[in-house]
Amino acid sequence: MLVDNSQSDAFVEFERVQKSYDGEKLVVKDLNLSMPKGEFLTMLGPSGSGKTTCLMMLAGFETATHGDIRLDGTSINNIPPYKRGIGMVFQNYALFPHMTVAENLSFPLEVRKVGKSAREQKIKHALEMVEMHEFGARRPAQLSGGQQQRIALARALVFEPKLVLMDEPLGALDKQLREKMQFEITRLAHNLGITVVYVTHDQTEALTMSDRVAVFDDGYIQQIAPPDILYEEPGNSFVAQFIGENNTLEGVIKEIRDDYATVQLDNSELIDCKPVNVSRVGERTRVSIRPERVEYNKSRLHDNAQTIKADVLEVIYMGDIFRTRLRVAGNDEFIIKTRNAPDQDRLQSGLQIEIGWLADDCRALDA
Amino acid sequence: MNSTCGPVLAADGTPLKKSLARALRMQKLRALMLVAPLMLFIVITFLAPIADMLFRSVENAIVADTLPETIQKLSEWDPTRDQAPEEAVFETLYIDVFFAAEEKKHTRLGTRLNYELTGISSLFRKSGRRIGRFPTDIYAEQFISQDSRLSDPMFWVRMMNDPRIVRSLPLTARTWTRWTHYLRGEGDDPSMEDVENVFYAALFFDLRNSADGISEVLNNIDISNFESIDLGAEFEAIDEDWVNPSVWRTIYTYSPKYTSGYFLNAVDLQKGLDGPEVRPENQRIYLLLFQRTLVMSFVITVSCILLGYPVAWLLANLSTRTANLLLILVLLPFWTSLLVRTSAWKVMLQQQGVINDTLVWLGLIDDANRLIMINNQFGTIVAMTHILLPFMILPLYSVMQTIPPSYVHAAKSLGATNWTAFWRVYFPQTVPGIGAGSILVFILSIGYYITPEIVGGTTGTFISNRIAYHISSSLNWGLAAALGTILLAAVLILYWAYDKIIGMDNMKLGG
Repeated sequence: MLVDNSQSDAFVEFERVQKSYDGEKLVVKDLNLSMPKGEFLTMLGPSGSGKTTCLMMLAGFETATHGDIRLDGTSINNIPPYKRGIGMVFQNYALFPHMTVAENLSFPLEVRKVGKSAREQKIKHALEMVEMHEFGARRPAQLSGGQQQRIALARALVFEPKLVLMDEPLGALDKQLREKMQFEITRLAHNLGITVVYVTHDQTEALTMSDRVAVFDDGYIQQIAPPDILYEEPGNSFVAQFIGENNTLEGVIKEIRDDYATVQLDNSELIDCKPVNVSRVGERTRVSIRPERVEYNKSRLHDNAQTIKADVLEVIYMGDIFRTRLRVAGNDEFIIKTRNAPDQDRLQSGLQIEIGWLADDCRALDA
Repeated sequence: MNSTCGPVLAADGTPLKKSLARALRMQKLRALMLVAPLMLFIVITFLAPIADMLFRSVENAIVADTLPETIQKLSEWDPTRDQAPEEAVFETLYIDVFFAAEEKKHTRLGTRLNYELTGISSLFRKSGRRIGRFPTDIYAEQFISQDSRLSDPMFWVRMMNDPRIVRSLPLTARTWTRWTHYLRGEGDDPSMEDVENVFYAALFFDLRNSADGISEVLNNIDISNFESIDLGAEFEAIDEDWVNPSVWRTIYTYSPKYTSGYFLNAVDLQKGLDGPEVRPENQRIYLLLFQRTLVMSFVITVSCILLGYPVAWLLANLSTRTANLLLILVLLPFWTSLLVRTSAWKVMLQQQGVINDTLVWLGLIDDANRLIMINNQFGTIVAMTHILLPFMILPLYSVMQTIPPSYVHAAKSLGATNWTAFWRVYFPQTVPGIGAGSILVFILSIGYYITPEIVGGTTGTFISNRIAYHISSSLNWGLAAALGTILLAAVLILYWAYDKIIGMDNMKLGG
């Protein structure tokens, strides 16, 4: 586990939290997480990895079977959801269909006994914040998906919660709208300085929006790190595979020096890489290299680059780039990406080429 | 190329609308053929009888059909004067009752009028029996003694074919036409039958009333010295009710072919001389029954909501497997006969029944003071709530199933307590289900018959029990039809009100 920066000013804390629905299988196994105030944290993972369960436990709709969840220093295990003061945006928006937009926004203020004029002020402000001030009198059914999304966001923010949870809020939107909303949500979160826990299974969303991303799998947090670290320095092969596109070469550790290890690939070729979570010689490993770090153009190859032979199997034209599938050291799924630029040689299937990369860009991970 | 002017054209130049209609015609025809058998079945076995039944609530042709001459003469009578009509009316009554007795329609007419005034039934029965014994044979004797041809039916047939005679002897001609119609219906020939006394009487009345007293054909006849009889006195001799003005007033009031009388009766009014008037207190029953039916149906509906709502909620929030199992339990009553369920309640609720026995055994009530829970309103409400409960649970369940838990979650996360989340977020979304269930239960219960009949006693019966009584016991179908029509109208008004207030498209009966 890479969670060790347990600050004393932690705003949300999970400590040794476990959750089981049926008493036989743990959905969340030993979850430890700590996030400071104002952070935008994304829980990312495949379905069934336990991320939504974590969110529901934080919101109070599920109780942890074991462990402690703390909000601003106080344990909230036994506090009912309506007393937690956590704003939440649901996957299907959950806008109350029998109320107008304004009434939806008014609801959290009314139950908090906010006076009428203050209420109107806050509703107006919240609607302006999401640029929906003209839609107060509409019913949710009269709004488009994107507009409903904005209203759901406004409703979760209107009572000024310290923490806002979002459960795959953009899942139902089309790609363009989703990208626009990603930007707006991040902007709002930063402007308002609120703490956000965001659940998604879309890695692009996680990378573009978050301060930190927690990658969930099998009930554990596999890695929690800022997006760039997560992408460039994946802590294990699950993270490397799950985040972005990744090339994997399998082999055995031959030698470990200070900063580098030598790996003998399955076709007996030797390459140098950075050892990440391998510790002893003879151990099996998966070597991970990002496609964009692989170069085939000799003139551009770095002096320190190590090279390896490759067969071009397929060239896919994708507009701005070419996505080329190679066979490297017995792996038929080795992908490289090259810009569609005038100075690039075009590859053709059937060619035999030499590719190369820096040892720093190549990470030896668990098998 | 100017598409804004004129209809849009299809590729072959025909207007697009026409071309579309042609393309859809086959489809529509096929759809129509699929529903045709059911539609025919419903029209023939359901809609037509209902229409016929509704028609009976205003239909009143029997009086005008049976007493046509009397009705005509009676129109000159002043019903406000407390006096029996004059002799002329009794003369026509004689002719009408003669035919009624021949056609055996007098008892039916008596039954019909008896609904309005008790005693008329026996009046007509008696009169039909004795009409043949009226001494009208003296007219026959006097006519035949003056012209012997008048005893020959063939002569009558010829005479009545002469348009001049028909013109000068209208009553006789009408009476003869009735006679020939009647005989033809029986398969007889008028020229073969004896000439009845009634024709001589009619001939006498005609000759007496005509301006010169002499007909063109029967110019050999002189009735100036004829002996006549007082038919009014003869009828009075049968029963003195015949000179009772209220009998005549009833006939007068119900003489039109269509009457509002049944409907007035159905709301405790009666037809007076100056429009509707309230019935005497001891004859009022239907308004009370309507009111009781509506109030009890309302109570039953509310009980069903109170009992069904939590069950439906539970069903909607359990896992599908458990919910299906429980749903079978909800539907189980549908697989048992209604009669069995109602009788079971009788066993449960009666004074020597299970509940009373248990309460006595527990010492909660005294053996002498066993609770009366059956044959009253309480029994009807309990049994009908139980029987109609599934009709509330099913629509509620189907609506609740479509409400995702995220709404309540959202409400709670926004700071609502369990109660607020339920009342302000969950409950409003179940209103269409409550509406659908209520309208089902209410409409079913205001027309319910079997259960109130068995467990209702006298205070727990519904208007439908009264309708059934009039259909099968008193045979006053007109009144039954009027009551039924009012009930139907009440249901339609309810539908309309529901549509206005909640909207029919909001109603969710399933899925």
